[in-house]
Amino acid sequence: MREISLSQAVNEAIAEEMRRDETVFLLGEDVAEAGTPFKVLSGLVEEFGPQRILDTPISEPGFTGIAVGAAMTGLRPIVDLMFGDFIFLVMDQLCNQAAKTHYMSGGKLTVPMVLRTNLGATRRSAAQHSQSLHALVAHIPGLKVALPSSAYEAKGLLKTAVRDNNPVVIFEDKLMYQDKAPVPEEEYLIPFGQANIVREGRDVTLIGTSSMVQVAEEAADILAGQNISAEVVDPRTIVPLDEATILGSVKKTSRAVVIDEGHQSYGVTAEIASRIAEKAFYHLDAPVQRMGAMDVPIPFSPALEDLTVPTPQSVAERAGAAVRGELFHDA
Amino acid sequence: MKKAENHNAENLLRMYRQMVRIRTFEDIANELYLSAKMPGLTHMYSGQEAVAVGICEALDKTDHITSTHRGHGHCVAKGAEFKEMFSELLGKEEGYCRGKGGSMHIADQDNGNLGANAIVGGSAGIATGAALSARRLGRDSVTVCFFGDGAMGQGLLYEVMNMAALWKLPVIYACENNLYGEYTHMSEMAAGDLKARAEAFGIEAFEVDGQDVLAVNRLAQQLVARARNHEGPFFVTLNTYRYHGHHVGDINRTYYRSKEEEAHWKENRDPITNFGAWLIAEKIAGADDLTSVRETIRQEADEAVEHALGAAYPPATDVGEHVYAD
Repeated sequence: MREISLSQAVNEAIAEEMRRDETVFLLGEDVAEAGTPFKVLSGLVEEFGPQRILDTPISEPGFTGIAVGAAMTGLRPIVDLMFGDFIFLVMDQLCNQAAKTHYMSGGKLTVPMVLRTNLGATRRSAAQHSQSLHALVAHIPGLKVALPSSAYEAKGLLKTAVRDNNPVVIFEDKLMYQDKAPVPEEEYLIPFGQANIVREGRDVTLIGTSSMVQVAEEAADILAGQNISAEVVDPRTIVPLDEATILGSVKKTSRAVVIDEGHQSYGVTAEIASRIAEKAFYHLDAPVQRMGAMDVPIPFSPALEDLTVPTPQSVAERAGAAVRGELFHDA
Repeated sequence: MKKAENHNAENLLRMYRQMVRIRTFEDIANELYLSAKMPGLTHMYSGQEAVAVGICEALDKTDHITSTHRGHGHCVAKGAEFKEMFSELLGKEEGYCRGKGGSMHIADQDNGNLGANAIVGGSAGIATGAALSARRLGRDSVTVCFFGDGAMGQGLLYEVMNMAALWKLPVIYACENNLYGEYTHMSEMAAGDLKARAEAFGIEAFEVDGQDVLAVNRLAQQLVARARNHEGPFFVTLNTYRYHGHHVGDINRTYYRSKEEEAHWKENRDPITNFGAWLIAEKIAGADDLTSVRETIRQEADEAVEHALGAAYPPATDVGEHVYAD
């Protein structure tokens, strides 16, 4: 199978959906000729024109609000939010308007829009261009949240997002834009709420999101060298969350480490770990482990920044300790 | 008062009727609050009727509006029915939003009302997006974004006005200046000239007496026609006054506005009384006709509220419905 980059996969998904459906359009900052700072959208304006690849001023709340209104009245906008950190700027439009409109109207109005943005540290971009803020929007009922872990996943999830009749926020890992993966030429969709068992194993389940799936896979390789068989599960979407697959895996392995690049406290790792604790407690042989980003603003210095996120080594260490029964905490 | 060209007797009487319907709805909503029959609070539109009616009478059913926390007037003016509105205010299943929105979130999609909004200025993006849809989908519909003077403090409004001007969108920003943002006079909150803020984007801006339904409607007809003709966007300041407090519970108001001021607006500037007097003076209607209009509407409203009071609440199973669309 051919291999393409995550960036190309996103580009293809948008182009295919725009060819399929005239009402799909994209708006955001420097999305047309510039094709975004990451060059993800290069070539789209040439095919679809500036009305459908719409350059906006630097007005994140404004163009997100416009997308909400457009979605309510017959279009299917894809909002390009240049950095995930800017999601704080659009919270009212996303969480008070888009997320609640269907419910508040008793089901009369719908907001079929996609907000594409990114996450991920270690790009030496400091505290306002490095955050992984997906837990913030996953907290708000009415939004769906997708976290692609490869080029293949990015394409299939984005195409599903565009066809969904709800506001969907999709976070791409900005460090993975150039990562290549096998992606079929023929069309495919990846349904929401169906986790992917990336690798089967017996001793411990590593549940990873976004780029942490790669980290989990590398950790599994390390663990294999220690005769520990790790299963890697990628939830793909955290809203809706495929609890059944996660619980099924943990019941099989009896141990779980949840890895996510958002800050650890009050985040995705806490949510998934608590669901495991609530619903698979009697199957567990070790306390569920959470590994998120450190609870610090992301520092600039490479010497510091690399300490803030889980690595294959740190995940393998923690998972190994769980399997060996070495996890003890002071009461 | 001065008519527009297409102001025939029927149109004029409908404007009177629509203003009376709003006032009557609000009077009853206030009674529901005072008699503890309504959950929560509500924000009365009384006094501002000429704004909603003057504008919405210039719109077609397929045109859109977005509304505010003080939104009952816009909702009635855009064609909503009493029964579904009272039911919504009372949290009943028959309400426009199955009781899930309440006073501050009534939406009536069939009549083009994209919904009231409880975030001040929060619908500015939605209105502008609806105008973008119209342009992109080749519809000739226009969107009116209603907001108050308080929303002039929100940055979102300026972001979307900028884009609407850049893209020449068919949207009319209707700023109802009722002089008070909650409990503070607008002169303490808004520097400079409100209109000039829109003009800075190259948007044509107008100011009109919001108590004069004919003046509002005459201007609205012109702007709607021009917006359909790709000459928009536009901005209008409508000078008006709210008779009640910020919400129904805001009873003691003398610390921010005098009783004399309130009396002046009610006695001299009431949009319904003045328009009624004009209709009689112009021999378009007799005093008896207007009395009969008011009585008939009160009777309709009484029947509607009676029905709503007796209507069923949504079933418990509804709480988890409509979080996500299929």
